[in-house]
Amino acid sequence: MQPGDRLRVVGTDPHLRVHLAPWARTRGHRVEGDIVTRGDAGDRRLAGAERAGGATTVVERPPRTWGLAARGALVEAGGPVLDGADLDERGEVWTELAPRLYAQAAASQWDPATAIDWAVPHLDPDVEAAVVQVMTYLVENEQAALMVPARFLGRIHPHFREVIQFLAVQVADEARHVEVFTRRASISGLPLGVSGSGGRASLQTLVEEPDWATASFLLSVLGEGTFLSLLSFLERCAPDTLTARVTHLALQDEARHVAFALGHLGEHVTTDARTRDRLRAAVERRHDVLASTSGLGDSVHDALVIVAAGAWTADAIAQGWERVQALQTEMDEGRRRRLVRLGFSEAQASELSALHTRNFM
Amino acid sequence: MSDPLILGAVAYDPKVVTIWEGFRRWFAEKGLPFDYILYSNYERQVEDLAGGRIDVAWNSPLAWIRSRRLVPQAQALVMRDTDRDLTSVIAVRDDSPIADRSDLAGKRVAVGAVDSPQGTLLPLALLDGLDVDVRRFDVGVGLHGDHVGGEREAARALAAGEVDAACMIDANHLLFAKEGVLPAGSTRVVAQTQPYDHCNMTVTDTRSPLLERFVSLLLDMDYADAEVRPLLDLEGLTQWLPGRLSGYDQLEAAVDTFAFYDETGRITADDYRP
Repeated sequence: MQPGDRLRVVGTDPHLRVHLAPWARTRGHRVEGDIVTRGDAGDRRLAGAERAGGATTVVERPPRTWGLAARGALVEAGGPVLDGADLDERGEVWTELAPRLYAQAAASQWDPATAIDWAVPHLDPDVEAAVVQVMTYLVENEQAALMVPARFLGRIHPHFREVIQFLAVQVADEARHVEVFTRRASISGLPLGVSGSGGRASLQTLVEEPDWATASFLLSVLGEGTFLSLLSFLERCAPDTLTARVTHLALQDEARHVAFALGHLGEHVTTDARTRDRLRAAVERRHDVLASTSGLGDSVHDALVIVAAGAWTADAIAQGWERVQALQTEMDEGRRRRLVRLGFSEAQASELSALHTRNFM
Repeated sequence: MSDPLILGAVAYDPKVVTIWEGFRRWFAEKGLPFDYILYSNYERQVEDLAGGRIDVAWNSPLAWIRSRRLVPQAQALVMRDTDRDLTSVIAVRDDSPIADRSDLAGKRVAVGAVDSPQGTLLPLALLDGLDVDVRRFDVGVGLHGDHVGGEREAARALAAGEVDAACMIDANHLLFAKEGVLPAGSTRVVAQTQPYDHCNMTVTDTRSPLLERFVSLLLDMDYADAEVRPLLDLEGLTQWLPGRLSGYDQLEAAVDTFAFYDETGRITADDYRP
């Protein structure tokens, strides 16, 4: 119906005539008896409305006036401006991988209560203490990995919906990791291990990083990337099936986080040539800030050696030490490989990998 | 800067501040110096209008009638599209034996606040001559029924079986069905007033040089304007229309019937304490 068109309204409700008039009145229509003449308020409400892109099309820079509207929605003009959504440039935020990685993330969620057999392992007390120390270290690292994306989530423009969805699941992943590592640490009744000040200082530089691309680079590409090697190492060397299981499950999630960060940073560096310089400077700056700290504490390093040794004997410990050395080489290779994927030269990658925090994350 | 046009409005709800603050900014952008004063009740507002302390009053229909009795040359400049042709109804429970108006004799009839045109004065005028037991719900006295609470309490009393009938404006009969206070099908309308008009923008002195511009800006407010539309939504209209006086006869008669004001605009209702 067009404005001015008339419609006779019939029905069986005895109150139809009583209600028709106030219903029409508030919508700008006129009523005479049972005849409604269509007004134009509905059309005027949508004057100046615009589509928030297409449902499957991401625009370069969505205006903040689109606010919380769904991508592709017809957005009525007016309404509040979403001032907080300052991460609003496609090149900075988006990756074409986001929809697929989000779908994969949603499909890969696991329940700690059912995905893991929580039978108590019976290990040599020294080995169990080493596992507890490693878990204590993992928990604080996962805590940082939770807080970093959580801090940026609310700043990403809702137009980049799948990026927000992915990060929301990433936060939930880290929450689960905190849970399972805490539970593994506590299961034998030993008190938790040491939280070294150097490790915490290193992690805090991640949490306090104000730039989204830099934080994502430091956390996910370098930190979680390095953790892929660590978790894989723990799964292989675990002295008990429970430790192997929790690290295996966390490893799957972390691999997805690294893939996402490589995706969006890969697109970012191609749209803004200065990004690589900024990322490089961030690694150097973080190295300088942490130069006076001890990096990976002895307690964590030694615990890794004992976990890898699996027994408190000189031969086993020698073998464990070799394995941890090999792990660090593997971590370095992985970092360099990922840096090269982001367009750094081999020499730059090698240099930057060497500057990465000794705390791994 | 010239003296602004001063409008009076009654603060029946916190949104009134948002509305008039928004309009004030919008008028300023259009070059009209404008300010507003909020009142806690319509009687004080009308007295200030008649006393020349404000230039224009955003008046309830009852306040319009009192303004005109206080100052006979009062004019209704503009009104909302939604102020025209309202009705009030008297509803009973669907299973009630009451079939029509005359069956309400001797029955308990719930109404809104003492000063509500739509919830009390107009529907009770329909029952003039019948001896009914009026149960009044005095919520927001002084607000001339702008507060929906009195009518809602009357409707609740009907649903609870505490009264035999309840009075309300047509839009609230629809609203209470949506809210579940009077579920659809649970009530029957046994009486309905003739259409009447509601609020208007009243002046008693037209000498302010800003009045013409004020009226012209109101009538030009466009629902397509994204800046002003949220304010129109809050105020409950899609456009301003010129004021008209044809829709106040029923209320004039009811005011006399119930001796609410005398012919000079003095408050004569015994139990009215705004």
